[in-house]
Amino acid sequence: MADEVLRMEHITKIYSNGFIANQDVTFGVGKNEIHALVGENGAGKTTLMKVLFGMEPSQEGKIFINGQEEKLQNPLHAISKGVGMVHQHFMLLPSLTVAENVTLGVEPTKGALYDFDRAVKETQEIADKYNFDIDARARVRDLSVGQMQKVEILKALIKGVKILIMDEPTAVLTPQETQELFEQLFILRDDGVSIIFISHKLEEVMHICSRVTVLRHGRSMGTYDTSELTEASLSKLMVGRDVVLKIEKEAPKLGKSVVSIRDLVKVDTTGKKVLDGISFDIREGEVVGIAGVEGNGQTELSQVLSGLGVFAGGTVELNGTPIKGKSVREIRDLGMAYIAEDRMVEGVAGNMSIKMNIVADRFTKKDFKKGLFMDAKKINDIADRYIRDFEIACDNRDQPVRMLSGGNIQKVVVAREFTSGANFLLACQPTRGIDVGTAEMIRKTIVRKAREEKVGALLISADLNEVLECSDRLLVMHKGKIVAAFPKANEVSEETLGEYMLGVKEMTAEEMEGLL
Amino acid sequence: MSIDWVAFIADAIRLATPIVFAALAALICRQAGMFNMGIEGMILWSALGAVAFAHYSGSMWVGLLGAVLVGLGSGMIIAFASITGKADLYLTCIASNLAATGGTLFVMFVLTGERANTASVFRSYQIPNIDIPVIKDIPIIGKIISGQSLLTWIAVLSVFLVWVLLKKTKLGLRIRAVGENPHAAESVGISVPKVGYVSFGICGIMSGLSGAFLSMSFVTFFMKGMSNGRGYIGLSAQNMANGEPVGSALAGLLFGFSQELSTTMKNQTNFPTEFLEMIPYAATILALGITGMVAIRKRKKIEQGQTNTKEG
Repeated sequence: MADEVLRMEHITKIYSNGFIANQDVTFGVGKNEIHALVGENGAGKTTLMKVLFGMEPSQEGKIFINGQEEKLQNPLHAISKGVGMVHQHFMLLPSLTVAENVTLGVEPTKGALYDFDRAVKETQEIADKYNFDIDARARVRDLSVGQMQKVEILKALIKGVKILIMDEPTAVLTPQETQELFEQLFILRDDGVSIIFISHKLEEVMHICSRVTVLRHGRSMGTYDTSELTEASLSKLMVGRDVVLKIEKEAPKLGKSVVSIRDLVKVDTTGKKVLDGISFDIREGEVVGIAGVEGNGQTELSQVLSGLGVFAGGTVELNGTPIKGKSVREIRDLGMAYIAEDRMVEGVAGNMSIKMNIVADRFTKKDFKKGLFMDAKKINDIADRYIRDFEIACDNRDQPVRMLSGGNIQKVVVAREFTSGANFLLACQPTRGIDVGTAEMIRKTIVRKAREEKVGALLISADLNEVLECSDRLLVMHKGKIVAAFPKANEVSEETLGEYMLGVKEMTAEEMEGLL
Repeated sequence: MSIDWVAFIADAIRLATPIVFAALAALICRQAGMFNMGIEGMILWSALGAVAFAHYSGSMWVGLLGAVLVGLGSGMIIAFASITGKADLYLTCIASNLAATGGTLFVMFVLTGERANTASVFRSYQIPNIDIPVIKDIPIIGKIISGQSLLTWIAVLSVFLVWVLLKKTKLGLRIRAVGENPHAAESVGISVPKVGYVSFGICGIMSGLSGAFLSMSFVTFFMKGMSNGRGYIGLSAQNMANGEPVGSALAGLLFGFSQELSTTMKNQTNFPTEFLEMIPYAATILALGITGMVAIRKRKKIEQGQTNTKEG
């Protein structure tokens, strides 16, 4: 395009741990354009934008702004070239006024003093110009989330932004606020600001963007005019498997119900329903998979089931006992084992030894005590046995866990959770960021425990390969609801799955009858 | 017992002066997001600096300037260790306070050969007290307002100046921004370390004035450990007022009163001295407890209020 204001060419970004976030991505934005950047979580959208905003250096590639090649060293440099970014997590100072937040860094002064009145005037002028319903004298802490976002946009505008990056701006907004934002984005666009709109909400992309670039696994799947796409064809571009993984498993022999969830509702601090009337059962001998774009309630569901988070309504029973109000310890005693989503935060105590992490869930039990003290010999024996069984690569059992590699840390976690004797296994992103070999071991063990030890497992994963191959039944979550259920996970096609994950389609209660 | 209330109030204000300076020093750092426990040591160094500079130059004014420079320098050392060196601020402050306790004694011994105080070797200089014509003849008020040290008036002026700095200047806005969310401040191009150093600099000047008051006005010599917890009390004072300059000064005044109360009761009653000397510190703990409880109550009210509006 001749009037391209931004062009990123052949961007390759490899993080220091070897993870390839972007590979040879080429991307251009025209003047007066709202350009969508879509992709699943981890597809590399945010990384690409961090490269553009000078927050991360790329290994290869060039960035052209108005046809001029620029080497953007840091955000300040990017801002001076007219690039602005509205982060997903706001960078605001709640106790200060809107005007102070907006003018911070470019403060108007009158002699030695900060000219608050002029700051208010300048802020209010821009706000009024773009129809932002904001009082420049108000304190930011008194604003709604939608208004705070406007303050972020004002911060970029006052610095003369020409290319505005918006990282999932509608994730935190109500439908009305979203509508309002769109109208204001149109005004901005017509006023000569190019907008890069990061999202995985397809209806929004189709509604406001003229072109869309799709990223999948760090690679560009091409740029398209939205007029030539449907939501279904777009979801097909976004969701896909690179390599197909196969796990051999026979049909499950279902036993009694292990976990029973009825009308579960969880509300976040802003009053939004993050789990909205979820009901399903997990039975002995089966692996239930949950697929979905991240941020649609999966994390909250695992928090409720593990006892780390509270819930507002509904019932959850584990082996026939309601878990409401019970501590994590009590829920574990009822028969829950938990592979946490973030192993360094909830999975292990990084500075403690391997053996202590292995016995963390059971050292208070009688078996591991000798009078007042811990039974050192027994703990050592068990630690050594699991280090051998799970092939944990380490110097010895007393090594701090944080010294190990990601895969070995996860082995410590699963060594504990797979051997706890629980009959409900809650596995959240169990193989995220670890090597292929360990990942395969963990997946196979989950299936084997269900088949041979009558465990009911719930597998929550953003890795489609994993949920499709490991699970027996498959549920799809979208906006805190179960929107689809499939009896045989490995027979579901990616395209079908993508449409449900991205909210293009939704099953009726009748269709899901008997599958929950 | 008979108390001369007018003298009592005048003395209380006098006693509050170094605490008010300490509170201002503490609140500047707090506004920039740093809890500076090192003020105690900074005051101690400044008190010694004041008498030493005054003695060797033969000028009271050089002594005052010296105190400020010493305060500034000791603040810069802490700032360098914690900002540039990225050492833990609390540990740095504890270390620097301990170093000040021993270090001032050492320097005093080297300079004077004395171990307890400098009175017998260094000439004594006093910052002038200001007699205000006309007002000094007004009963009661005249006795309280007139005759106070020049530094007491500088303290009053400083409260106002610090307020203007924080609320009305670009620098103040940046200090508050850095204190509230350094990442947000950095994202709009504010240098967080620079703001930190500037805050420590102002903090050092205030500490210097506090020290100068102790050794050139309260008494006219340096003696070991003469800061006597005033740096910590200043921290508590600003904490009670949530870092607001005027409120912090009033809290400092409150502590001045409690100190004066302890002194007066020592002279007038038969209470054990040791018990009475505890009053200012007990008052500190009590005040912190009460402000803490008020803050908790307020927070609860807000939380309930917010849930109410959400449901409604």
